[in-house]
Amino acid sequence: MQKPIELILMRQLASYLAMPILIADREGNLLYYNQPAEAILGRRFAETGEMRSEEWVQTLPLYEEDGSPIPPERRPLLVALRERRVVHRRVRIQGLDGRSRRIESTVLPLDGQGGRSLGGAIIFWELDPS
Amino acid sequence: MRVTLWGTRGSLPSAGPETLRYGGNTSCVEVRGEDGTLLVLDAGTGIRRLGATVGEIPAVDVLLTHLHMDHLQGLGFFAPLYRPKVQVHIWGPPSTTMDLQARLVRYLSPPLFPVRLRELPCDLVLLDVPLGRFTIGALEVAAALVSHPGPTVGYRISDGRVAMAYLPDHEPALGARHFPEEPKWTSGYDLAAGVDLLIHDVQYADAEYPQYVGWGHSAIGHALAFAALAGARRLMTFHHNPTHSDDDLDRLIETARRGEPPFELIPGREGMTIAL
Repeated sequence: MQKPIELILMRQLASYLAMPILIADREGNLLYYNQPAEAILGRRFAETGEMRSEEWVQTLPLYEEDGSPIPPERRPLLVALRERRVVHRRVRIQGLDGRSRRIESTVLPLDGQGGRSLGGAIIFWELDPS
Repeated sequence: MRVTLWGTRGSLPSAGPETLRYGGNTSCVEVRGEDGTLLVLDAGTGIRRLGATVGEIPAVDVLLTHLHMDHLQGLGFFAPLYRPKVQVHIWGPPSTTMDLQARLVRYLSPPLFPVRLRELPCDLVLLDVPLGRFTIGALEVAAALVSHPGPTVGYRISDGRVAMAYLPDHEPALGARHFPEEPKWTSGYDLAAGVDLLIHDVQYADAEYPQYVGWGHSAIGHALAFAALAGARRLMTFHHNPTHSDDDLDRLIETARRGEPPFELIPGREGMTIAL
């Protein structure tokens, strides 16, 4: 099934930008992350592909800055999708390469024409790049 | 289902000796269902001649893909608008900022046009196109937003036996690193998948496209690749560039045919009818 045009264009734009971006659909399923995001998430998108929400919540766990785990319902993306608002916060992420990184992220809910909720885009960056 | 082209030109009406065979009127396509249902796709300047042929009809549905002038300029000259007993439904893409009436009156009011919408004697109903499926008479219509600047929809129309898709202004290759991409990441795919007839934007020669990336249109190579990806049975060229003469279009299409596309390639000429 074809994705909504807004998500197609968002993915196209993300593929050209030099800042890390991840795109999810309205259920929180991971649809795409760009090349700059690969360095933080620890694996190429071509290797991971799309992931169901439950799956990538497990494989890319998030932690508070003090190291305590963030439960799925409090992950910034799911809060943004549920409450349809922008969410900005600092977290730690365990990458697919096993490394833990401190990141700052902004999640933008993507609303389409007619008030359709399409998903979200996470823009994030590493706070202590080595 | 019967499909007649009343205007195949893009961007600007282009009358002249060099456009006689493909035609100079802008986008307008008539779709007739077997029960007589009449759909009009876009209201470019071609709609004037269509209006002169429809005869006594109780109702007509005009489905606009978007509100650029080449898709709207003929609306005020559509004869059924001036008949008191005709129900005219005009469908347009939804906008987050203004309703369809507010957008239409920008053109259909003085000083750009002498008659106001509210002065039209027909029974006029303006409707936002649902982004999904709906039924008009015996025809099922599906609408979806497609890649073109501003809110723009494409249409898929089916009578349960055959289906056609109408994507007159469409740039599915925009930003794609390797066009065509997978179907799920290709604008317009669901509308065009497996149709018996795809009417598609062919605004540019392949060599022209790089100068116009982001303008919302396709090169012929993109249209061919999109039709092949979608598995269309026929591709009809449409929205021809006003600077392309009949001879230019002949050459474009002849070159494309030499590539032996896996579908019938039909030059979209004003006045032609195809029965599906």
